[in-house]
Amino acid sequence: MDTNIDALTTIFTEFYYWVTVVMMFLIHVGFCMYEVGASRRRNHMHTLMKNTMLIPLVTISFFFFGWWIYFAFPNGPFIFEGKGLDYAAATAARPWDPSMGTNLSDHISGVFWAAFLLFSWTAASIVSGSVIERIRSGAFWILAVVIGSVAWIIDASWGWHWDGWMVKILGYHDAYASGVIHAIAGGFALGILVVLGPRLGKFREDGTPRDIPPHNPWLVTIGLFLIYTGFWGFYAACNVPIISPEAIGGQITGVTWTATNIYLAPTTLSAITFNFLMSLSGGLMAAYVVSKGDSFWTYSGGLAGIITASAGNDLYHPIQAMFIAAIGVVIIYKMHYWVERKFKIDDAVGAVAVHGYAGFVGLIIAGFVLWGQPSSPYEGYAAINPLGMFIGAVIMFGVLGFLPAYIISKILNGMGLLRVPHKVELEGLDFEANEAYQAAVNDVIAAETAMVK
Amino acid sequence: MSTNGMTDWAVDLADVAAIYPFQGSEMLMYILALVFWIGWHVIQMRQEAAELDRDAKADRDGSHTKAWIAKY
Repeated sequence: MDTNIDALTTIFTEFYYWVTVVMMFLIHVGFCMYEVGASRRRNHMHTLMKNTMLIPLVTISFFFFGWWIYFAFPNGPFIFEGKGLDYAAATAARPWDPSMGTNLSDHISGVFWAAFLLFSWTAASIVSGSVIERIRSGAFWILAVVIGSVAWIIDASWGWHWDGWMVKILGYHDAYASGVIHAIAGGFALGILVVLGPRLGKFREDGTPRDIPPHNPWLVTIGLFLIYTGFWGFYAACNVPIISPEAIGGQITGVTWTATNIYLAPTTLSAITFNFLMSLSGGLMAAYVVSKGDSFWTYSGGLAGIITASAGNDLYHPIQAMFIAAIGVVIIYKMHYWVERKFKIDDAVGAVAVHGYAGFVGLIIAGFVLWGQPSSPYEGYAAINPLGMFIGAVIMFGVLGFLPAYIISKILNGMGLLRVPHKVELEGLDFEANEAYQAAVNDVIAAETAMVK
Repeated sequence: MSTNGMTDWAVDLADVAAIYPFQGSEMLMYILALVFWIGWHVIQMRQEAAELDRDAKADRDGSHTKAWIAKY
């Protein structure tokens, strides 16, 4: 920082990402409230702890190796021009490198790492809701580390990195993570659910599904409101706030500084503010009508609307964002119930639909609407196109989402470590704690009652 | 195929303005958006009327209504 403008840019960027991290914490608070509200009373604490403890586990594993993966894997390895791991680019992300600690010559690594880490929490937290009330915490936490510190960060390295092979070859464009967070998390959740099975009582003997309503719809909706709030941080964190053409080093000429998306292609905070709010609105309106005013689906539809439009929300016109959100919500609502009936999948919070299908559909739509636009400011990259975006959606949802979750869940299930015993599921996962709590309450009441003269 | 006038970023950003797709279709998009908005109100009011009708025909003896009132 040898000039004032350099110092200001650096400190502004540092503070910018730091603020996004604080805002993104609200996403996790929202997910916890949402899940606890959706679970039944006898499973509250287990549900809350399951989601809470992914925070430290994903954090330390992301420090240990997740961050390094992002910089080492842009070529596949061996997918782009036969190139292997990029050890040189990943040097500063090694946990033992001086950049990964208090360092006066590096103001960015810590906040940039944390912004990515909060995405990791979100990916794992999306999965958490769909498997409530019957998964073992130990199994979930292993799966949380797999998606939070391995699978999603590989997809980020491939498709959410200025040098990623999917951007170069496929013209993959996913500015606000329709695919790299939501489609993968939805696919991952589905991979677990196929092996885990439905909650006891979810399906009648004739195979028709029962509705298991949330014990506290109010808490669920406030949770979703908080997720909306945290999403502002998520969106801001997807941008580079200020950078010069010289620092980008691509084809851009002139001296005009700009904000960019993660691919270093220009956009503005103003653009994503327009599009965030219009896609939220399109999603809410479509969900209200298609669900006939159901509050759970209306709120979820607002989120799904944003997720559907997110791939191209750096470029869309606000009205396009609104329509894309509305279309996506109708599709995912219908898909959720079709999959539930057809394949007996019990997704307790609709996460596979709201995140997985919405992300997948959003990528497909972006491929058509943004067809021909440059995916990158660098020369030689494929332009955005429908086929590349479809392949990208399959990679996100299927290859990096569904597949690893299915395989690991099969292994855990084979070892008897995936699902709680049926008796315990009926008693409630908090049974022991609830019994102890009630005994303590009874003891205190009896003791104090006896003191009354 | 690009509909935002850009096929690459070999430009001076000082010379670039709007970059959204389908430029020139703003008025058409605006009209479609108005139709979406008005249509939403029409559908919503029909759904609401149907729900209110069902509610009005339900619970003829008032027992459920009294129970909900008692729950406050």
